[in-house]
Amino acid sequence: MRHGFKRASILPGFWPAFGYSVFYLSLIVLVPLSAVFLKTATASWAHFWKTISSPGVVASYKLSFGASLAAAAVNVAFGLVVAWVLVRYRFPGKRLVDALVDLPFALPTAVAGIALTSLYTEHGWIGRWLVKVGIRVAFTPIGVFVALVFIGLPFVVRSVQPVLEDVDPQMEEAAASLGANRWLTFSRVVFPLLRPALLTGFAMAFARALGEYGSVIFISGNMPMRTEITPLLIVTRLEQYDYAGATAIALVMLVASFALLLTINLLQWRSRRYAEAA
Amino acid sequence: MAIEARNITKTFGRFTALRDVSLEVKEGELLALLGPSGSGKTTLLRIIAGLERPDPGAGSVLFEGQDVTDQRTGQRRVGFVFQHYALFRNMTVFENIAFGLRVRPRAERPSKKYIQDRVRELIALIHLEGMADRYSSQLSGGQRQRVALARALAIEPKVLLLDEPFGALDAKVRQGLRRWLRRLHDEVHVTSVLVTHDQDEALEVADRVVVMNQGRIQQIGAPEEVFHHPASEFVMDFMGSVNLFHGRIDGGKAVFGQLVLDHPNGTGAEGQPARLFVRPYDLDIHAQHDGRPGLRARVERVQSAGPQVRVELVAETGEAVTVEMSHVQFRDSRVGPGDSVYVSLRDARIFMEDYTI
Amino acid sequence: MKPRSDAAHHDPALLRYGLILVALLFLGLFVVLPLIAVFAQALEKGWGAYWAAITEPDALSSIRLTLLAAGIAVPLNVVFGLAAAWAIAEFQFRGKNVLITLIDLPFAVSPVIAGLIYVLMFGAQGWFGPWLNQRDIKIIFAVPGIVLATVFVTFPFVARELIPLMQAQGTEEEEAALVLGASGWQLFWRVTLPNIKWSLLYGVILCAARAMGEFGAVSVVSGHIRGETNTMPLHVEILYNEYNFAAAFAVASLLALLALVTLGAKRLLEWKVRQDYSSLTAVEGAEG
Repeated sequence: MRHGFKRASILPGFWPAFGYSVFYLSLIVLVPLSAVFLKTATASWAHFWKTISSPGVVASYKLSFGASLAAAAVNVAFGLVVAWVLVRYRFPGKRLVDALVDLPFALPTAVAGIALTSLYTEHGWIGRWLVKVGIRVAFTPIGVFVALVFIGLPFVVRSVQPVLEDVDPQMEEAAASLGANRWLTFSRVVFPLLRPALLTGFAMAFARALGEYGSVIFISGNMPMRTEITPLLIVTRLEQYDYAGATAIALVMLVASFALLLTINLLQWRSRRYAEAA
Repeated sequence: MAIEARNITKTFGRFTALRDVSLEVKEGELLALLGPSGSGKTTLLRIIAGLERPDPGAGSVLFEGQDVTDQRTGQRRVGFVFQHYALFRNMTVFENIAFGLRVRPRAERPSKKYIQDRVRELIALIHLEGMADRYSSQLSGGQRQRVALARALAIEPKVLLLDEPFGALDAKVRQGLRRWLRRLHDEVHVTSVLVTHDQDEALEVADRVVVMNQGRIQQIGAPEEVFHHPASEFVMDFMGSVNLFHGRIDGGKAVFGQLVLDHPNGTGAEGQPARLFVRPYDLDIHAQHDGRPGLRARVERVQSAGPQVRVELVAETGEAVTVEMSHVQFRDSRVGPGDSVYVSLRDARIFMEDYTI
Repeated sequence: MKPRSDAAHHDPALLRYGLILVALLFLGLFVVLPLIAVFAQALEKGWGAYWAAITEPDALSSIRLTLLAAGIAVPLNVVFGLAAAWAIAEFQFRGKNVLITLIDLPFAVSPVIAGLIYVLMFGAQGWFGPWLNQRDIKIIFAVPGIVLATVFVTFPFVARELIPLMQAQGTEEEEAALVLGASGWQLFWRVTLPNIKWSLLYGVILCAARAMGEFGAVSVVSGHIRGETNTMPLHVEILYNEYNFAAAFAVASLLALLALVTLGAKRLLEWKVRQDYSSLTAVEGAEG
């Protein structure tokens, strides 16, 4: 066969499999997603701009973006510790702990939402102690932050673990034999290897946090201009049948998500090349 | 079953794997396709099997005179043994061997009992009795390859095609399996085509050898013929070690430094470059000129740790020469490093420059 | 492979215990405590109230709807996953990477937007709104919309598990089966499928768990009609917003149990899946 779209093969079933996949993908994902872009195209630019730059919406950008960034950063720091401990050390119950890391990923967001809220309200198990020190978590931006730390937790740990497992112990032994102490060995030898995975994990946790809804809306309290996250504003616009407004905000979110998706893919592609070269 | 490949050309993108290759495989013979990687031998084998198709309009494959070029591989009744075995990892040895019989359409499928008997027969043939329930991950490389062979034989193929079947195995295992394959072939008499890059293997096992290079056939013949009467430089160089001398045609003779030889083509090719190929064991070392054509050389190194003694010398023309002789001969010659000696030729081939237009 | 924990002796004991403590505290605070809270709050009013909460008619219908949505979404996405993996892993064609990235799209999209797009298509003011209205077909604020949204958010799960494995496994076994005379279906059922069964099961479990737990997307398309268009997560939300905390947590505890079962199955299968990958190198190994 000519060197065109597909290389000739004697295995059967390409066109049915490929055709069905593309059909199903278009039907379920591509066509519906395009509705956002097309709908925005029909609305006027003025209306679009007014919606996405209105004070409430801008406040939600700040909250969503800021809290997601902070939460992802915290997850990088602690996720690294958790991954290190799971890969390098032995302690009773380690397997259980390893399995629990996936819980935020497996637990339905609404369940996480109400559970976290109940913990951090004034009478909650944790909230009651924090109130005594003057810190309110539930129904404040801090609550949003806490919820986003929860759901982003597995991303960094699972990103770093495989890379850490593959680190050659002989490299560290070589550094030690050359006189480096543990800190130097870690910061100069091991950490650079983990950087790409940390970056990828950060990006994934950040992306997930930006779009998160269920875990956050209970603990946030949804107070206008203060604790409204951007996805919530889409929902409220929809409930008011303001399709154009909802779509406008959705477009902003989609652009951000796609940019992140591309970044993550690029990062993963680069780290794979780096790993292969090693 | 006789096989014929006619004028096969096959390209992969910009790479041409086979250029107008034609080949006939005789009924019942064991033919070896020998050549370096990239020579096209595996591609040719796969085209015969139906795992690849020749470029459109560029060649055909015939089984017993019938054109099967467009026939699906499953319909050709060929047995194919892959280089990396390709055993079905989720099936036992028994299930692997029985596979070809079990997937036959209802109408042609043999009875359960027949399948059982046949598989057990084959398991005995490959000496793996008692391992019928093992999975491939529980077998050694050599055992896996034997299962792959049995699996191919189970469907009673008209031709057996083997793609570097022993390439991934240890040297000792390879040798044992080689001999076993030859004996098997003598017993079963299936027309077989074997692809290999190992010339020892081809020479030891095959009835005829096809030497290939860069998508073309260089020579076809019995092992002795290909080895002792190579048709081209490439064949001679590829089959075993060789000493190479550069020279040219001068005054009707082939001249290599002090070495002057008669050459049949000498009259028509005045001034043209020529190359002299000599096997290491076709050279003798003497203290003096012994009347045969040869040249002076100085002994650099003697390697006597091995089945033969290898003497490395430098000729007066500056070229490196390697001579092989038995230990007895070496002792008799009393030669040592630094000695100046005379190296004489017993047999050699002269090749003119290959001009490809 | 040597266990990595023997590298532990490189780190001083104080550091080791310190880090383990930090890790455990962090996980305890953010993961374990919320989990315990769910069950503790669910049982606050005793077993009687717990049982009543989960057997109440609206709760039961929410369970039914959840199972229905998952029961439709999972098989659909399995068929897609198998088809996509077959095309991508066994053939070479242009734009393969584009296809793979597109399959990942639902992961990048916020669940709320996942619901929004179907409202835009099938809602009262949507593209097909008037058309559907004429024929009295309801998609949004009805079960079909919920199923659609669920299919969307769980779209990539099965494909993502199968594609890398099948790519790593290569096409040799399939070629061998073809030469031996197998037809396309025979080779798929007998050779390909058994080789991917653990990854497939893993993908199915991830897909089902996510399908049952989805909240944001379903919330947008559902209309929150009690007893009709509420899945379990939505029912939890309604109970919670009515300050019926014990009941909300009771239903939530069922979902939490499901999550724990998923985690357990994940561990078991992960081990099996890793075996699948490591057996690849074992088969091609060069020993005598």
